[in-house]
Amino acid sequence: MRRGASWFNVTSITLGFAFLYLPIVLLVVYSFNASKLVTVWGGFSTKWYVSLLSNQGLLDAAWVTIRVALLSATLATVLGTLAAIALVRFGRFPGGTLFSGMVYAPLVMPEVITGLAMLLLFVAIGFARGFWTLTLAHITFSMCFVAVVVQSRLITFDRSLEEAALDLGCPPFRTFFTITLPLILPAVVAGWMLAFTLSLDDLVISSFTTGPGATTLPMKIYSQVRLGVTPEINAICSILIAIVATGVIIASAVTKRREVDRQRAERLAIQGV
Amino acid sequence: MAGKLLTAGKSLGPIRRAFAPWNDPAAKPFIQFQNVTKTFGDFTAVDDLSLNIYEREFFALLGPSGCGKTTLMRMIAGFEEPTSGHVMLDGQDLVGVPPYRRPTNMMFQSYALFPHMNVWDNIAFGLKQDGMPKPDIATRVDEMLALVKLEKFAKRKPHQLSGGQKQRVALARSLAKKPKVLLLDEPLGALDKKLREETQFELIDLQVKLGMTFVIVTHDQEEAMTVADRIAVMDQGKIVQIATPAEIYEQPNSRYVADFIGDINLLEGHISSTEGGVTTLDCDGTGAKVQVSQDGGAKLGDHAWFAVRPEKVAISLSPPADPSVNAVTGEVWDIAYLGDVSIYHVRLATGATVKATITNTTRLVERPITWDDKVWLTWSRDGGVVLTR
Amino acid sequence: MALTDRSSRHSRLRWLVVAIPYLWLIVLFLAPFLIVVKISLSTTAIAMPPYTPALDLTAGIGALWEQIKEFSFDNYVFLTEDALYWESYLSSVKIAAISTFLILLIGYPIAYGMARAKKEWRTTLLMLVILPFWTSFLIRVYAWIGILKPEGLLNQLLLSLGVISEPLNILPSTLAVYIGIVYSYLPFMILPLYATLEKLDETLLEAAADLGCPPIQAFWKITFPLSLPGVVAGCFLVFIPAVGEFVIPDLLGGSDTLMIGKTLWAEFFSNRDWPVSSAVAVVLLAILVVPIMLFQNAQKKASE
Repeated sequence: MRRGASWFNVTSITLGFAFLYLPIVLLVVYSFNASKLVTVWGGFSTKWYVSLLSNQGLLDAAWVTIRVALLSATLATVLGTLAAIALVRFGRFPGGTLFSGMVYAPLVMPEVITGLAMLLLFVAIGFARGFWTLTLAHITFSMCFVAVVVQSRLITFDRSLEEAALDLGCPPFRTFFTITLPLILPAVVAGWMLAFTLSLDDLVISSFTTGPGATTLPMKIYSQVRLGVTPEINAICSILIAIVATGVIIASAVTKRREVDRQRAERLAIQGV
Repeated sequence: MAGKLLTAGKSLGPIRRAFAPWNDPAAKPFIQFQNVTKTFGDFTAVDDLSLNIYEREFFALLGPSGCGKTTLMRMIAGFEEPTSGHVMLDGQDLVGVPPYRRPTNMMFQSYALFPHMNVWDNIAFGLKQDGMPKPDIATRVDEMLALVKLEKFAKRKPHQLSGGQKQRVALARSLAKKPKVLLLDEPLGALDKKLREETQFELIDLQVKLGMTFVIVTHDQEEAMTVADRIAVMDQGKIVQIATPAEIYEQPNSRYVADFIGDINLLEGHISSTEGGVTTLDCDGTGAKVQVSQDGGAKLGDHAWFAVRPEKVAISLSPPADPSVNAVTGEVWDIAYLGDVSIYHVRLATGATVKATITNTTRLVERPITWDDKVWLTWSRDGGVVLTR
Repeated sequence: MALTDRSSRHSRLRWLVVAIPYLWLIVLFLAPFLIVVKISLSTTAIAMPPYTPALDLTAGIGALWEQIKEFSFDNYVFLTEDALYWESYLSSVKIAAISTFLILLIGYPIAYGMARAKKEWRTTLLMLVILPFWTSFLIRVYAWIGILKPEGLLNQLLLSLGVISEPLNILPSTLAVYIGIVYSYLPFMILPLYATLEKLDETLLEAAADLGCPPIQAFWKITFPLSLPGVVAGCFLVFIPAVGEFVIPDLLGGSDTLMIGKTLWAEFFSNRDWPVSSAVAVVLLAILVVPIMLFQNAQKKASE
């Protein structure tokens, strides 16, 4: 009815975003604090970032985290996309309710339960814990998030595009790769990014399923946080925030740009240019 | 923008007039439905239906939404398989042949242009699937672009096209492979009225020129009448009548068809005589007698309806020479002025309303008949038909 | 129903699309839960793994039965005897429920404001909500430590303004846990709410106004009921994981802040009592099974 700025809407948005962002901004600001006392401002400095580079334990953890995240996000994207197709396209199949249950449950399942359960599985089958168990666990929970993201795109997908391809002589398998996949690609990429950050951020499930030699960055940060707040943690957290922020901002800028281009092209087409 | 697809220089009329393979017992049907039934769960979309479509025919499937016309077309394309029965194309059983191996192509209602490909690649898509050599593809695509007059738009993406242009790209894409049958699913539904009418004539020209079999699905009776050689009127998974547009209009076989196509007046009564090729119907209530020079299936004593189109009803202030046959009287209840014609709603003594369409050959101010006038409505023996269902 | 293809190679491919993720989830998601249930019925042992019976499937059916006979409900009995456990459960549910309500209260106006913002602003606002949603949970909780601790930024600010004369002891405390949960889970509420509010047909509100309904009433009679799917989805997305939350009570809560996630973690990592921690997990799952099923139904309905 009344679009745009009413005082109520502006106030609630302003306060809401202040609440969401103030803690993060303060954390980043204090990562540039020269003083070792985290809460006392002692001038601008980048020394904590420099000191990170000589912290071998942290660097090792970062390397493990990135490897796990890249590998698990990629496999989770494949599995999650398959699961989304199964959910949207296969209608009712035997055990379909169980399947959709298993896809949606990890979205809300408390991490302590998932983590414990997976650990007990790995112990029961005698799978040595470490990098691979970590990766398997990450694939399993993040594939469900990918499935939900891709599913919401597939629901709005115009099936007649695929039918047109079949009608023009393109077999189903090829149709998927030439028509369906390119068109749902933005959702698949978004799913991959989500899986990547979920893996990057996870602490609880990782703590359960990892083993010697495979400590991730969040585990490292957690063990140091318990000892107290240090500027060095502020610095590593700031870097992680910067990575995620860059990714999200680029992604949404690309989406917005495409949308604007598209709208302009449609306007021109209607005018018959 | 919406130029003619073809220069309609030579008259195509005589060719079309002579074309009637459905009346030739020796003609071989091109598409055959044999006792086809299609069910979705409890719902029967197509019910034990048989149908022949001939080569080079422009065939229309007409009916309200949910009547099974789209399902029928999708069974030719291969997107649905019949639950029972057979679908034959050129003597070959299509059942079990997947859509990508059928020699048919379809123009989709939504056009279904691939949004990530430009116009050229959309048209080339089907040709590439056949493994056609690249130079041949280029020649063919250029040919198709010329056919639909979109040479300048080859590099555009679908979202950069207007509705009419998209429609022509979709047409070019589905014609590029020279299919044995072109299927058109509500092809003009998304266009505005003026463009739609132009495009209908372009489709006819194209079909005659290419000598292809076209099957069109539509719910728009005017569209079906304009483009088709024959129309199948469908209802609840069954075909009610198959005939040429003129036959469908002039000789509907049922109240359903008469009512679906155009406007109709129905007078209910009983058959009182069928002698000498003239069927007589005694109307209930008014006692009016209707005589029709038709010896259809109506038998003496049958409960029946006399159906007559409003434009075949004459309206007059004075009674006809013989007011006992093919005439009723009543009062003008309402007049709808449509510009070229006016429709008079005349209320009879029984309470029934009969409509009469009068061409406005004189200006409105001179209209002789007006509200509440007592008038006579008359029609000729050939003006209407007697229907028993 | 469409695209029926009778060639068997193709239908085998179709089945793989279901079978691969299906099997994966059965092996790595469903099977582990069955193992949790099984271990919760075992007894603690000083061994690796630290429980018996180990359920050796290679031993044959007869031996398996012998092992099953060794199952006991001792761990569950133990849970009822020690007040720590049921107090943890109760307090978890209470904290999660209150937090969910607070988040709904805070999140609704934000989502509403976003949905009513000018179109060109909405993508940006949405991105600004998604950004913290994608930022590490741990980092966001950590950020609050610097603010809330006795010598932290909040106390410094309040002291310098003269509002308080002594530092507030917010950290560690249950209040800090509330702040942490509200902060961390807020985007989970805003996103589904925004999705439903954004889709709301504005002509409905115009129709209500046209029929003589003032704006505030129109909100309660039109907007709110139509946004209920978003409210429900948001509440489940917050409540269910919040009940089992570990990081927030561990880092922000005091020793008197009982939450079951923390208890389970301590049971597992500190006491190394796998059977009891499994029993804790099974009971937690039993508490959450109804909300989880409701959530799945809501999801399924939304996707159809």
